[in-house]
Amino acid sequence: MSISYSSVTKKIWMSLMGFFLMTFLIVHLSINLLLVISPTTDLFNEASHFMGTNPFIQAFQWILFAGFIVHIIIGVVLQIENWMARPKGYRVKAGSEDSFFSKYMIHTGVIIFIFLIIHFVNFFLVAKGVIGEIPETMVDGKPMDDMGSVVIALFQLPYYMVGYLVALLILGFHLDHGFQSAFQSLGLNHPTYTPFIKGFGHFFAVIIAAAFMIIPLFIYFSK
Amino acid sequence: MTKLDSKIPAGPLAEKWTNYKAHQNLVNPANKRKVDIIVIGTGLAGGAAAASLSEMGFNVNVFCIQDSPRRAHSIAAQGGINAAKNYPNDGDSIYRLFYDTIKGGDYRAREANVYRLAEVSNNIIDQCVAQGVPFAREYGGLLDNRSFGGALVSRTFYARGQTGQQLLLGAYSALSKQIGKGAVKMYTRREMLDVVKIDGRARGVIVRNLVTGKLERHAAHAVLLATGGYGNLFFLSTNAMTSNGSAAWRAYKRGAFFANPSFVQIHPTCIPVHGDYQSKLTLMSESLRNDGRIWVPKKKEDAVKIQKGQMKPTDIPEEERDYYLERRYPAFGNLVPRDVASRAAKERCDAGFGVGSTGLAVYLDFKSSIERLGKKVIEARYGNLFQMYEKIVDANPYETPMMIYPAIHYTMGGTWVDYELQSTIPGLFVGGEANFSDHGANRLGASALMQGLSDGYFVLPYTMQNYLADQITVPHFKTDSSEFDAAEKDVQERINKLLAVKGGHTVDSFHRRLGLIMWDNVGMARNQAGLEKAITEIKALRKEFWQDVKVPGTNDGLNVELEKALRVADFLELGELMAYDALNRKESSGGHFREEYQTPEGEAMRNDNEFMYAAAWEYKGDDQKPELHKEPLIYENIEVKQRNYKTA
Amino acid sequence: MDLKLKIWRQPSAHADGKFVDYQVTKISKDASFLEMLDILNEELVNKGEDPVAFDHDCREGICGMCSLFINGRPHGPDNAVTTCQLHMRKFKDGETVTIEPWRAKPFPVLKDLMVDRSAFDEIIQAGGFVSIATGGVPDANSIPIRKQNADLAMDAAACIGCGACVAACKNASAMLFVSAKVSQLALLPQGKVEAKERVQKMVAKMDELGFGNCTNTYACEAECPKEISVTNIARMNREFLVAKLS
Repeated sequence: MSISYSSVTKKIWMSLMGFFLMTFLIVHLSINLLLVISPTTDLFNEASHFMGTNPFIQAFQWILFAGFIVHIIIGVVLQIENWMARPKGYRVKAGSEDSFFSKYMIHTGVIIFIFLIIHFVNFFLVAKGVIGEIPETMVDGKPMDDMGSVVIALFQLPYYMVGYLVALLILGFHLDHGFQSAFQSLGLNHPTYTPFIKGFGHFFAVIIAAAFMIIPLFIYFSK
Repeated sequence: MTKLDSKIPAGPLAEKWTNYKAHQNLVNPANKRKVDIIVIGTGLAGGAAAASLSEMGFNVNVFCIQDSPRRAHSIAAQGGINAAKNYPNDGDSIYRLFYDTIKGGDYRAREANVYRLAEVSNNIIDQCVAQGVPFAREYGGLLDNRSFGGALVSRTFYARGQTGQQLLLGAYSALSKQIGKGAVKMYTRREMLDVVKIDGRARGVIVRNLVTGKLERHAAHAVLLATGGYGNLFFLSTNAMTSNGSAAWRAYKRGAFFANPSFVQIHPTCIPVHGDYQSKLTLMSESLRNDGRIWVPKKKEDAVKIQKGQMKPTDIPEEERDYYLERRYPAFGNLVPRDVASRAAKERCDAGFGVGSTGLAVYLDFKSSIERLGKKVIEARYGNLFQMYEKIVDANPYETPMMIYPAIHYTMGGTWVDYELQSTIPGLFVGGEANFSDHGANRLGASALMQGLSDGYFVLPYTMQNYLADQITVPHFKTDSSEFDAAEKDVQERINKLLAVKGGHTVDSFHRRLGLIMWDNVGMARNQAGLEKAITEIKALRKEFWQDVKVPGTNDGLNVELEKALRVADFLELGELMAYDALNRKESSGGHFREEYQTPEGEAMRNDNEFMYAAAWEYKGDDQKPELHKEPLIYENIEVKQRNYKTA
Repeated sequence: MDLKLKIWRQPSAHADGKFVDYQVTKISKDASFLEMLDILNEELVNKGEDPVAFDHDCREGICGMCSLFINGRPHGPDNAVTTCQLHMRKFKDGETVTIEPWRAKPFPVLKDLMVDRSAFDEIIQAGGFVSIATGGVPDANSIPIRKQNADLAMDAAACIGCGACVAACKNASAMLFVSAKVSQLALLPQGKVEAKERVQKMVAKMDELGFGNCTNTYACEAECPKEISVTNIARMNREFLVAKLS
């Protein structure tokens, strides 16, 4: 990925990766919700086991990494170019933006990135056995890592739980602009459908953020 | 006695232009790049000519006063552009467009030029459509036409209320294409301050870089002026702020004759003056007169109450209203030509029946149209104009009548040119509003755009080539010759002189006073005493200007006051020539109305026996009276009649 | 009405600038914003001071020459007007009005409130035209064009090139301006012929000149005096994608 790509090309990649990551979020969320809908952690552990061992998923996770990296690098490059495009700012600036969170994509993006690193250390590296210890459990007679207990243990920590909630709230902000913006960058704007896309974008952002946030709250107050 | 040769080609009218093109001299493609052309101005005429000449292969250098060639004042034209396409199948033809234009111009335009204009009008529409100009279309996908004043057919092509903008952007895109290729060199924020002549031919210009203040010399084999009209002489006009007459005036002082300077068009539907801080007048499209009825109160005491704000127009009952156009011109009513409508408004206001706080306005009322057609229909037709009016005046035209008053809009007069659009200085060509050739004493609506593009795309590229054919062996000119030295020195001295006055009054204050003198005496109605008074007053004002004008700053950088001072200095001379011309023309024709020459009913009265000529004035020195040269106008293909708008 | 003005003053392109306070009094509410500045300038000239430089020409909202960032908004507090059509009745008596030039790297300040927008011309020169020469074109009615497309093309073509979109955009992006021209020509059969080359050349030029990228914030549409729609940006993105993929 070179910065010499045109602005429109970069935006197209940005939106394609955005859509890709949103799909990932949906998958991730569905697995996480197993902790809420199921009385035991068995279902969640089983899903984690599948994700951690299925060769197709294993290969796909590298594509996912690449998606993150492309999205982040282009995002940073775009932002640096944007700052350079206005070396001297205004003294008075009344916001005329139609999409409020569009102004804070880099800020929300950076926070999400930091969260991702912590998340990566706390779960991914643990799951991969790189750091820490994971208790074993038996599901349907099969031994597997008890990722469920790792999650529950972490969410019992109030500061961790609050941090997680804040990060997910900010993810919601990021998605609120990102969803409709990705359509626009790909040239998908139509007088009939765009109002729906914008409306659905707000709904999507709220649903994703809220559903992710229910999980730690549920765990904290119920376990 | 005359030095004027209009060079009209021989042959029947309809074949003149074809014959000209068939027999003109051409320049071989390899030689074209040896020839340099300077174009001043990037409006319809200048932009189109520069693009076309460059496409042919000439080296073209273009200059404009704004920050971009896209901003020339052609952009502000609203209504449309005429062409004799006869798409609506209503009996239009080249001859009919020619006839309407000559008649609309009150028989003071040159037949051959006008016929050529009508002839190429169709090519203009084709050209613009091919460029991607988004003209209005019907549901079937074909071009739509609307009707305009002075014609019995629908021949006006339009792009919403922004036809001038779209045509100009078309010419600008063609010019941009050539600039992008490196075939045209574009100089923005430059103002031409003199023409440089070498051995009697125009060979270059002196321009001032408005950002750095530096004077620059540019040489070429031929120079084209497309610098628009001089309506801003009146201070208040519908022209843009930088529109000025200096390029044409400098050419005049170098020997280019100036023709019919007193022929000025006053547009009847403008937003009235509302305060002495006002900088310009805004035009409301002529189309409003299709559904609006123009009136003033019948009783003078009602008018006085309205002026004092004690009464509202809606308080005046129908029987107390004087629909004076309908009263005076039963056949055409509110749709009389521009000059007639303007004069009638002035007559009522002068008699004390005017409305608004100044008493210098008349009502344009949509009440009966709204009752007849419904608000929706009126909104669909004029919604954007009503909105614009409301933004400026803060009054709702759906509820209270609009107030309008005539304003200076266009100058039919300009540099005298022959059939080839060449002035009396060989090598100096003039196109668009800057020349005098096509509109006679009054221009019809939607014809200015037609003339600008006709000159630019289809006339000048041929005629300039004809002139340049024997210039291919003349090497590129150097700008260090004594002629350039002398011209630059002249300009520099004029600038130094202005900066040295250090008087007590701003440039604008002089400009406003000049405007008032002109408006009162050389405006809509003129008479001998007034014109003589104007000449005396202009002379005195000019003297005062050079003793008391205050131009702050220096010439080393952007100095807007200096720019304005240079323009007003020229206006103070041009205004006097306008008065001379108006005084000389002892008849009324088109936009020129002499109170001494009117019918008992107050209509304009031409004197074809004595004044059927174009008056071309030659500069004889600052203290000398200019010399008049007459170009007789010969009508072989059209019957000369008195205009009549009372009966159909 | 009386107003306190805070105006950016900068003697020349390379000099430092600063805000200077001015007071104007007894301004009519019916005056336009530029007429208010004319009054200030006449006072400054009478006092022997350098008048404030600002761009303007037609003063009827069509030439696109006037600019000014007024109280945080390009062309000031009214919607869908240029500064020359902004009237003082939109301000309150005694209000402080901050006036700044357009701010963008490709629009350097020349003096005070005047900026150089020739970057826009360069973008048009890169491809904002139909490559035909004068003469030799078909009859205007030989290609019917769907009315809806002609109307959409006209909506896009209404752009006056003032630069308010760049000024309003947090990234100083020129996407609305560029897309308006790309759209106009892409919607018409005459422009369709070289649509692929056009969009790529114009975008490349826009990037080269240092305009920012589009974050789809739509501030440009909100501030455009001609209300050019961001659907044009989407159309340009689409045109670009198709051009790259085919």
